[in-house]
Amino acid sequence: MNEKIEKLIDKKGLRLDGRKPDELRPIKLEVGVLPNADGSAYIEHGKNKILAAVFGPREMHPKHLTLPDRMAIRCRYHMAPFSVQERKSPAPSRREIELSKVIREALEPAVFVEYYPRVGIDVFIEVLQADGGTRCASITAASLALADAGIPMRDLVVACAAGKADDCVVLDLNDAEDKLGVADVPVAYMPSLNAVTLLQMDGILTQDEFERAFNLALEGCKKIYAMQKEALRTKYLQVKEVEE
Amino acid sequence: MSTLITRVRQRQIAQHIEKGKRLDGRGLNEYREIKIEQGLIEKAEGSARVRLGKTEVLVGTKIELGEPFPDTPNEGVQTVNAELVPLASSTFEPGPPDEDSIELARIVDRGIRESKAIDTAKLCVEPGKKVFVVFIDVYVLNHDGNLIDASALAAVAALKNTKMRNYEVENGEVKFLTGYSPLPMRSSPITVTLGKIGDALIADPWLEEEQVMDARISMAVNENGNICAIQKGGSGYFTPQQILTAAKIAKEKAAELRKTLGW
Repeated sequence: MNEKIEKLIDKKGLRLDGRKPDELRPIKLEVGVLPNADGSAYIEHGKNKILAAVFGPREMHPKHLTLPDRMAIRCRYHMAPFSVQERKSPAPSRREIELSKVIREALEPAVFVEYYPRVGIDVFIEVLQADGGTRCASITAASLALADAGIPMRDLVVACAAGKADDCVVLDLNDAEDKLGVADVPVAYMPSLNAVTLLQMDGILTQDEFERAFNLALEGCKKIYAMQKEALRTKYLQVKEVEE
Repeated sequence: MSTLITRVRQRQIAQHIEKGKRLDGRGLNEYREIKIEQGLIEKAEGSARVRLGKTEVLVGTKIELGEPFPDTPNEGVQTVNAELVPLASSTFEPGPPDEDSIELARIVDRGIRESKAIDTAKLCVEPGKKVFVVFIDVYVLNHDGNLIDASALAAVAALKNTKMRNYEVENGEVKFLTGYSPLPMRSSPITVTLGKIGDALIADPWLEEEQVMDARISMAVNENGNICAIQKGGSGYFTPQQILTAAKIAKEKAAELRKTLGW
């Protein structure tokens, strides 16, 4: 590690990991991986390895967090101490608290919260290995876990980042591009409803570059959306076979 | 960060906005009156109070010697903290920072950091060992909506007001001299927050509008009209078209505010 990286894009226009600018990293999705959770999913997105689990709907503890008119959603995004190069303290950092909030707000528009007053669900996300773009991969996995838990949803939420590395607008930033690149634009999206539920950005982009990066991220989301649906089908077609 | 508001009032606000009007008489893209005072805390290295309508935020900066981060050994350190003190609203409670104040601090931090507002390279004393740390503490004094824009403005205004003691380095030790110099700055980002009520976007939502809005989007814009940080918040959504419209409005509003403030 720590060797100096001078250029993120080579002369042929390829990235450090050999991808084209508009190419996603390999993604593997699996639904129903944790027996004790009401719903769960596992995602490998590049070198990211993330587990998401959903518990509920169930009574909220502590009770004062109960909402009279809708379901309360609680979300915890947490990174394992061994998930990054330098050991991360297991205590929740300010970054993790912020990400827990924005991930919750990215998932909430998908859930019919108004049909479940006075109960809550917990979404637990554990990042086992981080490689840039963990919030996006977490959202993709968490929405699968919600679906697996049988929570009624308007659509699946899928997330993907785009950004700028050197002079090039690129899709799905890896760790090096995230840290050394010019800008990072994570986007969460509900494709069937054409609704953006998370948008963040850091780095400097012109209006035009932002528009291109944002649209590229939406294209990436649509590709992952197809994989999400496939992952759900894979699990539930298996269940059907066993029942028969 | 919510207070109670009756359904009747909520509907009234939403219906007005549908017609392109706001209950306080503002246009949809209009900000409340902004007042900035600088240097009111003598013991702080820099300070500023921003009034955005009835929202009031005080920011103080302190500068201390500290260690750089291992990945940026030649750069000074910037840290932002936000306190939603209980005197600012009946909904704020004393105690350690909650997710709202952490999010607020991190949005303010990102706007300053990503626009490279502070020239951190000039804050290095001894590479890898000793640098100056700029503490930016956001103190919300009265919450009447849009804490993000008020805090971001106050933070930059406080940084512009910040002075450092002159110093020289002798055998790795910092020796302070008489006199002060301004904190080296490179940019003054302006953050513009838009709320979404129905299908409309409104600039600078105030407290009651915040109770009605589905979602908000904040964009930090630099002198060149480039976007340097974005944060969507709230449990609603935006359409992609609304996001691109918001980016255009943010650019225009930031330029307009920059002109009024003379930044």
